[in-house]
Amino acid sequence: MKLKLRVWRQKNAHTPGQFVEYHADNLNPNMSFLEMLDVVNEQIAAKGEEPIAFDHDCREGICGACSCVINGEPHGPHDKVTTCQTYLRSFQDGATVTIEPFRANAFPLIKDLVVDRTAFDRIIQAGGYISVGTGHPPDANSLPVPKPLADLAMDAAACIGCGACVAACKNASAMLFVAAKVSHLNLLPQGQPERDVRALAMVDQMDKEGFGACTVTLSCQAVCPKGISGSFIAKMNRDFLRAMLLNP
Amino acid sequence: MLDRVWKSTLGKKFLMAVTGTGLVLFVFVHMMGNLQMFLGPEVINRYAAMLQTSIEFLWPARFGLAIFALVHIGTGITLTWQNRQTRDQRYATRKLVKATLASRTMLWTGSFVALYVVYHLLHFTIGTIDLHLAEMKTPDGHRDVYRMLIWAFQDSRVACGYILAMGVLCFHLSHGIGALFQSLGIKKPGYEPLIYRLARLAALGLLVGFVSVPVAVQLGWLQ
Repeated sequence: MKLKLRVWRQKNAHTPGQFVEYHADNLNPNMSFLEMLDVVNEQIAAKGEEPIAFDHDCREGICGACSCVINGEPHGPHDKVTTCQTYLRSFQDGATVTIEPFRANAFPLIKDLVVDRTAFDRIIQAGGYISVGTGHPPDANSLPVPKPLADLAMDAAACIGCGACVAACKNASAMLFVAAKVSHLNLLPQGQPERDVRALAMVDQMDKEGFGACTVTLSCQAVCPKGISGSFIAKMNRDFLRAMLLNP
Repeated sequence: MLDRVWKSTLGKKFLMAVTGTGLVLFVFVHMMGNLQMFLGPEVINRYAAMLQTSIEFLWPARFGLAIFALVHIGTGITLTWQNRQTRDQRYATRKLVKATLASRTMLWTGSFVALYVVYHLLHFTIGTIDLHLAEMKTPDGHRDVYRMLIWAFQDSRVACGYILAMGVLCFHLSHGIGALFQSLGIKKPGYEPLIYRLARLAALGLLVGFVSVPVAVQLGWLQ
């Protein structure tokens, strides 16, 4: 199959970018979207030009490295799928496909389709951890976790931190990411000692990074490759409120 | 703590949701008051006189509503301004996933409602727009609200403006009522679709309640 690609090319954060058209021919419909970019890059490199820079790592949909807004949707047309797990059979033969980076001021562009998502790392550093004594590992089952809580915490922990929620949000808000990370630890017994400090510190860092507020459009939930529920944002609001009241 | 409430995005959304809840409850009570038009002049005029003469209740309520409205508008404007600073380079192609028109136009629908409220107060409460309204009194000297509404809504321009404003208000609420549960943290996984459906239904109910009065006057059912 064939595709006409409109790819955002930008040398670095200080140089203005633009769309460049590429014609990708002889594609196999069972190629993944990133494999298609690999093929196009080989052709570009053969001509002695600079290949398209894009983020990728595991290519199994679990690492959260790949990004891209494909035809206006973060991670492309499918629900609960990352860009690396999007296959060319999802596109019509001969279609024009527009590929842009995730756009948010908190995710400054590095090159072409690659953006700097270390803002997420700084939010995790602010409170996305638990403090435990090192030494001998605890006995198995010494810390009982009710099954419904374990399931809910697991749903939140499924977040791979890709940033699609920020990319899709009209306010470039990181609420879904922060909510998932706050909820994951705040639901479990291991997270209780730092529950309030965590909610306050992670929200403070989120605001400091320049992400927007939540308008509750739930676009984040719709594009999340892991299907994180927007109701975790409500839980984060609850935890934040509780933390503010208990730690004035 | 107050510092944190105002400075954090979550705190501001919380203020917006609390004041929004208060204003929605007021709108609901207002609608219940309006619907007394269908019970005849004595009932609604007695209700109006009760409100007007309960000064100890009336002024704190007015004062509280004004503060709620100001905080709601203040957080709305600052949050919108803040949200606009988050993406300098816009997307060339943008597919709208999920975000409803109501959710994307809250600032505009809200501004329209605020302007309409000013007009509405000048029209009915203060009475500077239609001087005729101020002269309408019941035999015991209170405002004849029944006659005031009939007189005002017989003018099709007033009725149409009112219906339009109520449409915009309820469009605003169709997003707002559902969203406030998120901001206040009152939500359980799985209940989301139900909350939004009920919120839209509530907004529709308010619209029908408000619009029924001018429509009934225009159709000659209320005279």
